Amino acid sequence: MRVYADNAATTHISDNALAEMIKYYGPEYENASSLHAYGQAAADALADARRRIAACLGCDERGIIFTSGGSEADNQALISAAHLGAKKGKKHLISTAVEHHAILHTLDKLKKEGFEVTLLPVDSKGRVTAGQVEDAIREDTALVSVMFANNEIGTVMPVKEIGAVCREKKVLFHTDAVQAAGHLRINVEEMNIDMLSVSAHKFHGPKGTGLLYAKRGIALESLICGGAQEKGKRAGTENLPAIMGMATALEDACRNLDEYTARVSALRDKVIDALSKIPRSIVNGDRENRLPNNVNMCFEGIEGESLLLMLDMYGIAASSGSACTSGSLDPSHVLLAIGLPHETAHGSLRLTFSEYTTEEEVDYIIDKVPGIVAKLRDMSPVWERMMKEEKANA
Amino acid sequence: MAMNYSEKVMDHFQNPRNVGKIENADGVGEVGNAKCGDIMKIYLKIDDGIITDVKFNTFGCASAIATSSMATELIKGKPVSEALKLTNQAVVEALDGLPPVKIHCSVLAEEAVKAAVKDYYDKNGIEYDPAEFADSGCDHCCRCD
Ligand SMILES: Cc1ncc(COP(=O)(O)O)c(C=O)c1O
Repeated sequence: MRVYADNAATTHISDNALAEMIKYYGPEYENASSLHAYGQAAADALADARRRIAACLGCDERGIIFTSGGSEADNQALISAAHLGAKKGKKHLISTAVEHHAILHTLDKLKKEGFEVTLLPVDSKGRVTAGQVEDAIREDTALVSVMFANNEIGTVMPVKEIGAVCREKKVLFHTDAVQAAGHLRINVEEMNIDMLSVSAHKFHGPKGTGLLYAKRGIALESLICGGAQEKGKRAGTENLPAIMGMATALEDACRNLDEYTARVSALRDKVIDALSKIPRSIVNGDRENRLPNNVNMCFEGIEGESLLLMLDMYGIAASSGSACTSGSLDPSHVLLAIGLPHETAHGSLRLTFSEYTTEEEVDYIIDKVPGIVAKLRDMSPVWERMMKEEKANA
Repeated sequence: MAMNYSEKVMDHFQNPRNVGKIENADGVGEVGNAKCGDIMKIYLKIDDGIITDVKFNTFGCASAIATSSMATELIKGKPVSEALKLTNQAVVEALDGLPPVKIHCSVLAEEAVKAAVKDYYDKNGIEYDPAEFADSGCDHCCRCD
């Protein structure tokens, strides 16, 4: 059996999105900047995509610019807001310890330019509070950037409350909604969001396409210089097929959101409840404020890469925050930020589902994981020591 | 294949040889650090200077398990003096290579064997040159802060 449970990494493209894209790769290939009638048809399509996306996000369509994905949107949001702030002498930026690297590395770059960055710590469930943000805001704060939902542990942040604090303090508020769009109800207006990043490939749209929303009045800085596309904020001929695919995928996701949430969160809870029966397992993240499709657990005494490869042998595609799989020397910064010791963080497993995930697939996972964990623990000296300690303490 | 592991690595990961423990082992060596993500423990049964049995326990990634398994295969039935000559390169070669980021696992396997032999020497009052058991420390694997 083949089970794809790595949808936070990327999703497969939906039939609807693909059909729409093929139309714009094939017969409707024209350049939206051309003045002839064909070009105008492309421009109309682009405007239509913007309208449809704005309706899903509850934002003003004029504030949307299309980008090459979530990373670019994050970069542009942070750099624009920082430089806008600097013009008024504001050189302080606030974010959190659990952001995606697209945020963290951009902040590192801004630090080198002389900005001061406060990374708020999170609680054991991976949340920051609006109160923390309020306390961190200073006279010279240019921007608060807090992710909507975490890509590793699925924790959903109190975005609306944080937005309200920022409004009150007159500080720009950006949220990286890459994992949230298409998975959670988003309303930019109601949630007090000034800037928002979205990436299409996380909700069954194409890769390499996303958007940045910025409220009217926020002068975005162009990272790509050239033509006057996207109101001069993002040069380069628009990737119309991908944008049309994104609009279609997001619209489908928004339309099906209630049904998706009910069905997939039930599958998620079934897996979490079943795998929690494994002794010395830990559920990472927040069971209440959680993405409907995210399971993240640690199994003490084992290492994540071995677990992943064993799952791979059974056809199950998952992911882990272990150092061995992150390509770095340390386990995931998110797992460390919620207070897990290195030893435990090495043994993490992330399973992320989609609307295509079936009950049968989830049952297969529930059937396979405990045996694999037991097999790895059987040969683990760390586990042996834990069991000895348990006996000694009993 | 995942991580670009060789077939041999995957075989030793999926079907590790000599997994387990030896009660009253003549030599036991444990190296690594759970914080870094790998620990290897090797048990030796030694009769007349020959390694008659060897078992291992490993916490770590697939290559840590595969290198432990291969190292035990390479020293089983050999004289202790020969086991001491086992190098991490020999383990890597026997596995048809390891991805560069995983070479440290083979170093750990070499060190685990040496640590077990050293334990055997210590327990039996056999003299040895301490230089032979120089600890490479954590440098090859990670920053342990
Ligand atoms: C929270 C978050 N932000 C940003 C990104 C980057 O998005 P993209 O891959 O479209 O550049 C990702 C994707 O992994 C993500 O999960």
